[in-house]
Amino acid sequence: MHYRHSDTVEAEVMPATAKILIAGGFGVGKTTLVGAISEIRPLSTEEVLSGRSIGIDDTSGADRKTTTTVAMDFGRITFRADLTLYLFGTPGQERFWFMWDELAYGAVGAVVLADTRRLADCFAAVDYFEHRATPFLVAVNCFDDASSYQPEDVRIALDLDPDTPVVLCDARQFDSVKKVLIALVRHAIAKSRANPEYQGRPLPAG
Amino acid sequence: MSAPRDRWLDREAGPVVRPYAVTKGRTAPASGSYIGLIDVVAAVADPQLPADTRLSREHRRLLSHCHQPVTVVDLASDIDLPVGVVRVLLSDLSQYGALRVVATSGGPEPNERLLRDVLNALQTL
Repeated sequence: MHYRHSDTVEAEVMPATAKILIAGGFGVGKTTLVGAISEIRPLSTEEVLSGRSIGIDDTSGADRKTTTTVAMDFGRITFRADLTLYLFGTPGQERFWFMWDELAYGAVGAVVLADTRRLADCFAAVDYFEHRATPFLVAVNCFDDASSYQPEDVRIALDLDPDTPVVLCDARQFDSVKKVLIALVRHAIAKSRANPEYQGRPLPAG
Repeated sequence: MSAPRDRWLDREAGPVVRPYAVTKGRTAPASGSYIGLIDVVAAVADPQLPADTRLSREHRRLLSHCHQPVTVVDLASDIDLPVGVVRVLLSDLSQYGALRVVATSGGPEPNERLLRDVLNALQTL
């Protein structure tokens, strides 16, 4: 994001940024959802596999460090010069779990995109956000040929907490995605009020 | 990973140096200098660098791209360097006094005011 150069120090805008995570199984429509509402930008990451990923916390000897490259996109919605929202799709494979802590740190919350034909694909994401107490909702992407499930069926199948919203959406449609994001932010506001102790988790490692 | 005999490199292949070579092998910023993915950074005009400071080519390239405030992920995308590498280099520049963090989320959760601003902005989108 680039801000217009200000003539005086007093006129400098204080930019605020927020991020939302888009999780879900491979091929469920995460990139489609991000592209429906935001400008997509490419990002590469070259990360050191942490102990969590490889089972050994290898901090000794640079020659033994293992790095992995992840090519990912992110979405950017520039509302105003001083307010931008970023959408990050979470890499699906297990070896990229180390990135989730980084992405989740400071996030407004997460959308877990679900396909009713492959609900099990979003178990890992639901577990992760529940464990971390990150506000999330489940958005059921209604593919044309998917049998129509009711949100309550999905809630039961995923064993969700009663206050976790389940919404139906069409990840291709701007208005539908907008509604999903609004529902998530509302949920995040409700959770931050309901739970003041919610603050105070440690910085991600590295 | 492809077998060596399958490998071919030409001008299109991009850099062939492993990314962390540009950080001299460092994979994490100095402790206490966490810079988040969507923190906003900006170059300091006419910084007084500590004596014996040597800015690498990548340091200078980064600075040249943040005369205006820019987020870490946008900067990494702009200059096509892995974001982990960018964060190490940015923390160097911050320690040299050549870079300032203009805005940071500053905590594990956004504050309620930011949440309300985002909600209002989404509703008028």
